Amino acid sequence: MSRNSNNTKDDTHTIAVLVENKFGVLAKVASLFSARGYNIDSLCVGVTQDPSVSRITLVTRGDAKVLEQIRKHLSKLIDTFKVMDMGETDSVEREMILIKISAPKASRSEIFQIIDVFRGRVVDVSTDTITVEVTGDEGKIHAILNLLQPFGIKEIARTGKVALTRGAKTLKGSKN
Amino acid sequence: MAVATKARSQSTKKPAKLKPKKISGAEIIYRSLEREGVKYVFGHPGAILLTLLDLFLERSKIKHLLIRHEQCAAHMAEGYARASGEVGVCLTTSGPGATNLITGITDAYMDSIPIVCLTGQVATTMVGNDAFQEADIVGMTRTVTKHSYLVKSTDDLAETIQEAFYIARTGRPGPVLVDLPKDVLLGDGHYQIPEKVDLRGYKPTTKGHPKQIQRVAEAIKESKQPLLYVGGGAIHAEAHKEILKLAETAEIPVTYTLLGAGAFPSAHELSLGMLGMHGTAYANYATMECDLLIAVGARFDDRVTGKVSEFATRAKIIHIDIDPTAIGKNKAADIPVVGDARLVLAEVNKLVKPQKRALWKKRIQNLRAEYPLTFDSPEGAPIKPQEAIVALSEEVGDKAIITTEVGQHQMWAAQFYNFTFPRQFISSGGLGTMGFGFPAAIGVALARPDKLAIDIAGDGSFQMVMQEVATAVQYGIPVKVFLLNNATLGMVRQWQDLFMDRRFSEVDFDSSPDYVKLAEAFGASGRRIVDKEELRPAIQEMITTPGPYILDVIVDPDELVFPMVPAGSATKDMIVRDSRKKVLRGKLSALPDN
Repeated sequence: MSRNSNNTKDDTHTIAVLVENKFGVLAKVASLFSARGYNIDSLCVGVTQDPSVSRITLVTRGDAKVLEQIRKHLSKLIDTFKVMDMGETDSVEREMILIKISAPKASRSEIFQIIDVFRGRVVDVSTDTITVEVTGDEGKIHAILNLLQPFGIKEIARTGKVALTRGAKTLKGSKN
Repeated sequence: MAVATKARSQSTKKPAKLKPKKISGAEIIYRSLEREGVKYVFGHPGAILLTLLDLFLERSKIKHLLIRHEQCAAHMAEGYARASGEVGVCLTTSGPGATNLITGITDAYMDSIPIVCLTGQVATTMVGNDAFQEADIVGMTRTVTKHSYLVKSTDDLAETIQEAFYIARTGRPGPVLVDLPKDVLLGDGHYQIPEKVDLRGYKPTTKGHPKQIQRVAEAIKESKQPLLYVGGGAIHAEAHKEILKLAETAEIPVTYTLLGAGAFPSAHELSLGMLGMHGTAYANYATMECDLLIAVGARFDDRVTGKVSEFATRAKIIHIDIDPTAIGKNKAADIPVVGDARLVLAEVNKLVKPQKRALWKKRIQNLRAEYPLTFDSPEGAPIKPQEAIVALSEEVGDKAIITTEVGQHQMWAAQFYNFTFPRQFISSGGLGTMGFGFPAAIGVALARPDKLAIDIAGDGSFQMVMQEVATAVQYGIPVKVFLLNNATLGMVRQWQDLFMDRRFSEVDFDSSPDYVKLAEAFGASGRRIVDKEELRPAIQEMITTPGPYILDVIVDPDELVFPMVPAGSATKDMIVRDSRKKVLRGKLSALPDN
């Protein structure tokens, strides 16, 4: 569980953006980044409790000046109406990963133990593989990947980060 | 504007849920344009637009002009918008019709010009099929439009067009593209629009923060050597009166960018002319010596600042801009003010008290005397482009609105024409689009029939768009081309002259058209001059001859634009001419002492 750990070390920032749930909006956000040479490390989009609004959570990197420009440019898009750097507030961040691990009989119990420690969930089993679902912050995902590496990771799929502020505060409100 | 909506709500007089009769998509577009007060549409047809084009046959409220190349349609719309402050409109078909617009759209985006581009598109059922004349124009223009739409239902048309105009003209203006699939145009739908556009994601800040305005006024009061640095945003915001008042009240010298020319009278005693790469030496030296730089609707472009880390290093920076992303992008601001330049300066003016700055004014007078804006025109030499512009300025003055192409002639026009009112100088700044000026002048002529539209052109640029003489002739639009013909791409040649040991590669036109015959071939008039004595009579002939006219002025191809701050260099490394017309390189050390 990370509290504010996202923005301190390496210029990495998690930014949440509320946008119109409309055709082409994601493309506008993505081309803003590519046109100005900013990075997107991960990107996660989904509709919110208001069906006309989507929430984009993206992880990006840059110094204070770059971040300021990213925030301003995101705000400037006609279809965005709230931009927030989740690192500026107390927030919960999670991402989900599906890991398909090579799991012959001999190593299965050891793999199950690791999954257990990380409170992962086995979602598929075959004769040679186990697929596990793990949810957590970046550190936790990184740790379980490290531990499972020796068994042979065949494939992974990650969602990218999502984040919410802690407490009663929400992202609603006017554009900053 | 309000008339149309009122009429509709009166005629229905039914519960709001009952919708009026459906009308065709083309009809909705025509009505929407009418409602936005559109007078001209610059367009080129295509099969997809048939039903819409048909409406222009019998109706007269909106005039459609058949242009010859779509890029020019966008530039004409820009010229119209830049001269009038209203939204310019162009209409082209799908595929190549749309892609040909892109240069013009990008030009409008870079210079914050409000235009709405309507493009035909293949039917929604065909989109994505690589259909005939299909191009993903919304995708292609995503990073060069302020906003764009692909309309998917005829019912959405009216509201979309209303939003497009609203977005184009408000906040920091810019181009908006509306892509119109064939079935949306052909289909029937309701003309339904909200009374007021309200977009939750788009609420431009226009009023400056009172605390920041207070800080601006205090900084001006404390400053000994302030300098106003005025950009194109001041023109969009119509802030010229407020700038004049501030400058005169607090005795602040004013310099302007290429796009800011006209926002402050060039000949005013507080005017330093243009700054930057080809700005006046005294404007550039003033940026080095000022202790307060007040940027109004300007963006610290690299052509202004040179090496930005060495730009205005002694100054506290005030940055007034309606676009928050412009602030702090290139140069950190000490006092940022987000807001409309006119509204912000009006508030600032309420707080600023009269001040005298005799020392600072004297200092600038000395700089101006030592490094005047000048050129050398020896007896018997070919016509110097600068003297041609001075002659034009003296003969025509404030009767004209000047557009330019891009290159040396553009810089000389900005340097030597005496601008007296805003929107008098219309030029492609950010994108530097050769071929902009002539079509833009056609737009200007329509927007301001009370003025003379003159394109100060270079022959390289003019050759890119000269087919539009046909458009001007067809509609009897009296645009004048003041062609400074050096038979070369002068600005690139200048860089080769200064930085490539005069190795002139791929710049000289060994074959050029006969521009007088060209004018005649199109049904326009023209004249060629080579002697200085002919200049003024020929200018008189140009402005008194009705209709489009090309004045082909043969000028010295070896003339260079000075001052010049080489790209990426600091202002102090400027190449200047001194008062004896001698060219000096980076001689700041020779400046008179303060």
